[in-house]
Amino acid sequence: MDSDDEFNSSGSEEDFNNDSDASFGGGDDDSDLDMEDNDIGFETQDKDIKKSKQKYEVDFQVFGPEQVQAQQDNQIEEVGNILGQPPEAAAILLRHARWNKERLIESYMDNTDKVLESAGLGEAALHPPKIEKVKGFTCDICCEDGPGLETFAMKCDHRFCVDCYKHYLESKIKDDGEAARIRCPGDGCNRIVDAVSLDFLVTSDKLRDRYVELLTRTYVDDKDNLRWCPAPDCENTVECGVKDKDLPRIVPTVHCDCGHFFCFGCSLNDHQPAPCGLVKKWLKKCEDDSETANWISANTKECPKCHSTIEKNGGCNHMTCRKCRNEFCWMCMGNWAEHGTSWYNCNRFEEKSGYEARDAQAKSRQSLERYLHYYNRYANHEQSAKLDKDIYLKTEKKMTQLQMQTGMSWIEVQFLDSASQALQQCRQTLKWTYAFAYYLARNNTTEMFEDNQKDLEMAVENLSEMFEKSTDQLESLKVEMMDKTSYCSKRRIILLNDTAENLRKGEGLVIDLF
Amino acid sequence: MAAARKRILKEYTECSNDTPPGMKINFDEQNMTEWEILMDGPEQSVYSGGHFKLRLTFPNEYPFKPPVVSFKTKIYHPNVSNDDKGSMCLGMLRPDAWKPPNKVISVLHLVRTLLIEPNVDDAIEASIASEFKDNKKGFEKTAKEWVKQYAK
Repeated sequence: MDSDDEFNSSGSEEDFNNDSDASFGGGDDDSDLDMEDNDIGFETQDKDIKKSKQKYEVDFQVFGPEQVQAQQDNQIEEVGNILGQPPEAAAILLRHARWNKERLIESYMDNTDKVLESAGLGEAALHPPKIEKVKGFTCDICCEDGPGLETFAMKCDHRFCVDCYKHYLESKIKDDGEAARIRCPGDGCNRIVDAVSLDFLVTSDKLRDRYVELLTRTYVDDKDNLRWCPAPDCENTVECGVKDKDLPRIVPTVHCDCGHFFCFGCSLNDHQPAPCGLVKKWLKKCEDDSETANWISANTKECPKCHSTIEKNGGCNHMTCRKCRNEFCWMCMGNWAEHGTSWYNCNRFEEKSGYEARDAQAKSRQSLERYLHYYNRYANHEQSAKLDKDIYLKTEKKMTQLQMQTGMSWIEVQFLDSASQALQQCRQTLKWTYAFAYYLARNNTTEMFEDNQKDLEMAVENLSEMFEKSTDQLESLKVEMMDKTSYCSKRRIILLNDTAENLRKGEGLVIDLF
Repeated sequence: MAAARKRILKEYTECSNDTPPGMKINFDEQNMTEWEILMDGPEQSVYSGGHFKLRLTFPNEYPFKPPVVSFKTKIYHPNVSNDDKGSMCLGMLRPDAWKPPNKVISVLHLVRTLLIEPNVDDAIEASIASEFKDNKKGFEKTAKEWVKQYAK
C-alpha cells in the first residue's frame, strides 16, 4: 500500500499551510501580520511545518473498498496457509478472532479442537454441503413433512427443510444485518454457517452482495484501527492508531479522500480542539437546552424553595409552587406569609427571606447566563459558517467574473477559493473553542487559550468582511486577502497546536465535565 | 404465513397437552397470532396468590422472529418493563438469541421460571434489579403490595 501517497493526497490542508508558511517566512512585513502575537514563537512553528505534521494532527491512511477487500483476502490466505485450512474456514476463524491474526494462530496451535469448536467449525470439513431427501423427516420449523421434502444440514446434523433454511438465512442477512456470525438454526447450536454452505443456499445475487457487504462491514467494525468515513455515499475506510483510551488527550481529526474531515474517535465532523467526551456532553446539553434555555431565562423564575421553573400565567403575585406547595411573592420572591396584608402591592424589597431567595435565583441564573454566553458564540460561528458557505458558492461565480473582467487566469483567482476554505475551517474550529471554554476550569493557561481564541476570531472576522466586497474591488484586494487568509490559517494552527500540546501533557488546561 | 399457521396450531396442541402449572391459554382460531394467557403467581414466589394476564403475540415472520410476551397485569419485576407495555425481553425472547425451532412451550416455562427467580443480570428495570440485589426485603414488600393492588 502506497502509504506516503495516500497521506499526501489526503492532506490538502497541509499543502495549504505550507503555502501560508512560505508567505510568512518570506518576510514581507505586512502590517496585518506584524502584530504583537508574534511572541508565540513562529520559529518553532516553522520547524514543525517542515516535518509536515502539526502537533494537533495524527497519522492516518485512507483505503477504498477494494483495498479493504484485498486486506481481508490477504490475511485469509496467509492464515489459511499457516493453519492448513481452506479459505472459507480461515475466514470464519479470523472473524471469530476479530481479525487478531497472532492471537488466532497462537491459540490454534495451542488447542486446535477448541478453537475450531468455538468458531463454530467443529471437526474438519470432509464433505461438501448437499441437499438430501430424508425418509420420515418433519421440519422442526414449519412442521411440514412428506417424502419429497428437500432438506439441508451442516456437519452438526441439525436438519431443516431447504425453504426454512433459506428463509432463516435471508432473515438474518436482510433483517438483522448479520453475516459473519450467523449460527446454525438448530436450537442451542453455535456452529457458524460457513461461506460454502451459504453460497450453496443463498442463490439470489442481491442477497449475496448484501452478505459480502456485511462481511466487509464486520471487518472494519472489528478492527479498532479502522473506521468508515461517515460522509454520505462515501465507501472509504480510514486507518488510524489512536486508541479509545487516548481520546481525552488527543483529538484525532482525519481527512478522507472524499474531502470529509471527521473525528476518528467519534466519527462526528471535525471538532478540533475539543476532545470527544466534551463534544458529546456539549451536544447533549445543547440538545436539551438552547432555545428553551433562552425562553426560560426571559419568561420564568424559580421557586425559591425547590427551584422548579415557574411561568406566571395570571395577574396575582401570590404564587403557590405546584410541586412543593411553597407560597411566595412573584415580585420579591419572599415568603408569602411575611407579606402580612400588603398583598398585591409588594414593597418589601429589603426583607431577609426575599433577599436570600433573590440571591439564590441570581446564582442559578448566572450559571444559565454563562452557558448562554458560550452557546451563543458557538451557535453564531455555526451559523456564520453556513453563511460563509453560501458566499463560497457565490465565490465561484465571482471567480469566473473576475477572470473575464480582468483577464486573470484561473489559477490567479484561486485565492478566493483558498480564502473561503480557510474561513470554513477556522469557523469550525472557533465554534468548538467555545464549547471547549465552557468546560474549562480557570487558570493561567485558560487565559492563553482565550487570547488565542480572540486572535483567531479577529482574523476570521477580518477575512469574512472582505468577502462581502464587490467583484471589481476584489482584484486590488488580492494580496491583502491572501495575507489575511494565511494569517487566519496560521492563527488556527497556533491555537490548535497550543491546545493539543496542553491536552496531551495533561496539564495547564483542565477540563471539568461537571 | 401459511407455514406459520400450521406450526402455531401444532404448538397450541402441544401447549394444551402439557400446560405449565398454573397457566391457562385462551386460544382463538380466528386470531391465532394472539394468545391470551392467564397465569397464577407460582406458589414459591412473591407473586403467589396473584393472577396475571399475559399476551403472547406471534410476529408475521414467526417462527423466524421470536414471539412477543407482554404482561397486561402490572407486576413489580426486574425483567418486566414498568410501563403500559409490560414487555419481557430476555434469553430466548431476544431476536438475536431466538432460533426458529424454539417452541412457545419453552417460552411459557421461561416466564414461570423468571417469576420464581428473576434474572437481575439481564434486567430491563435497573432500579428494581438493584433493589432486588441490595434490599431483598424491600423488593419483596413492594412486589407483594403490587400483587394485592393489581393482580387480585
